[in-house]
Amino acid sequence: MNHNYTATANVSSFFMEIGALSRFAGRFFKELFSWPFEFREFLKQCYQMGNKSLLLVGVTGFILGLVFTLQSRPTLLEFGAVSWMPSMISISIVREIGPVIIALICAGRIGSSIGAELGSMRVTEQIDAMEVSGTNPFKFLVVTRILAATLMLPVLILIGDLIALFGSALVEYVKGNVSFLLYFNEVFEAIKFSDLMPATIKSFFFGFAIGVVGCFKGYNSSKGTEGVGKASNSAVVFTSLLLFIIDFIAVFVSDIIYG
Amino acid sequence: MENSAAHTHGKAVISIRNLCKSFGDQVVLDNFNMEIYDGENLVLMGKSGSGKSVMIKCMVGLMEPDSGEVEILGKNMLELHHQEKDELRAEIGFLFQGSALYDSMTVQENLEFPLRRHKKKFKGGNTNEMVEEALESVGLAHTKSLMPAELSGGMQRRIALARALILKPKIILYDEPTTGLDPITAKEIILLMMDIQKKYKTSSLIITHDVDCARVISNRMILLLEGTNYAQGTFQELSTSKDPKIKAFFK
Repeated sequence: MNHNYTATANVSSFFMEIGALSRFAGRFFKELFSWPFEFREFLKQCYQMGNKSLLLVGVTGFILGLVFTLQSRPTLLEFGAVSWMPSMISISIVREIGPVIIALICAGRIGSSIGAELGSMRVTEQIDAMEVSGTNPFKFLVVTRILAATLMLPVLILIGDLIALFGSALVEYVKGNVSFLLYFNEVFEAIKFSDLMPATIKSFFFGFAIGVVGCFKGYNSSKGTEGVGKASNSAVVFTSLLLFIIDFIAVFVSDIIYG
Repeated sequence: MENSAAHTHGKAVISIRNLCKSFGDQVVLDNFNMEIYDGENLVLMGKSGSGKSVMIKCMVGLMEPDSGEVEILGKNMLELHHQEKDELRAEIGFLFQGSALYDSMTVQENLEFPLRRHKKKFKGGNTNEMVEEALESVGLAHTKSLMPAELSGGMQRRIALARALILKPKIILYDEPTTGLDPITAKEIILLMMDIQKKYKTSSLIITHDVDCARVISNRMILLLEGTNYAQGTFQELSTSKDPKIKAFFK
């Protein structure tokens, strides 16, 4: 009886959270198209999210390409299909692994930082101070961050993909004596518009999910420092789950469109 | 110490009538009434959790009351649109309990922040000069390029006060201005508040637990108890009251 009650309460609170998140996202679109736009803060956030995540994304991408190629090589060698390596690696990275892995890394880096920053601003009354001084804190803090995350993530994913392919090319150069020129020639021949387009579109959605969940958790955090920790933590957990759901939907839809 | 009688005949800059606010079953404000007169320092005292901060937040529109009226400078705060509310807020300075300085901005940027939305009010005014003037009035002109984390608690409170002053408000609301400060710094802040009141001719609402602060700064006091305006009068009147509930505040 008690277990049933707890399960029902959990399910109901989950759907209430989804409802609140949807309303929050709705408010973002409403505020996005109303004057004034906080352009300076938006640029600052683009710099914070883009430039400061670059090293992490670069290292992750490089290791991803390196490891993926090292792991795949023996199997392809066994089947005498090692010449397929560039096309196989590039399609896997561009279509699926690159966007998902880099989005997960960014959920940890960007999502948690937004959650913690806005959470601590809420707890220390900085958000209230903003409102009292006549600035709409939702526009200044939330709209700029969600928009910056939505626009920066595709760029970061593109850079991450390129570095991952460079890592893969390096393994092929060392192990298989394949030149970089030949490797990238094969890569660009293998990748089609139908590989690049769905991946790029879904990376915008990934960015939006990271921004909106981070802001939602931080902006609505409470209960002092404990609340800040929870906001940061749940922003990462909830975003990671959402990324897989978006990925599933994106794959499903692109399968219908491109066959 | 001035007598409250001088102020009760003045013009009310803030009138709060029958303000009610509950959180679930917990009634925080129950038909609370209060008036602040032009040029007076009104101290609001109450136990922790008695609804002082809720009241001040309802006053400036950070919280929606369940019912009641909040009239500031002749305008009903609860009926104003966003734009009008923001214009009215330019006339109110707010010193938050924990200073609430934006920790990702320098002191200069913190002070410039309220000016961004109220350029109309200061047509032709030089932002830099206004920042310097506000900083000089709190004695911290040299801290312009510092980050809030580089300042002591007392300095942060002074900067927050400079930020509250930069729009040259007619009313200043102080939420626990001396909480968390050592007695010497607290005394400095109280003296600063008095200087500011003299210089800018502001009306002030001071929420505090600090009896010394109330004694020095108040023209009139209100005791908030069980969500209502339990007693009001001068510090002298209240501190010598025989009512045990009032006496408990001054022990």
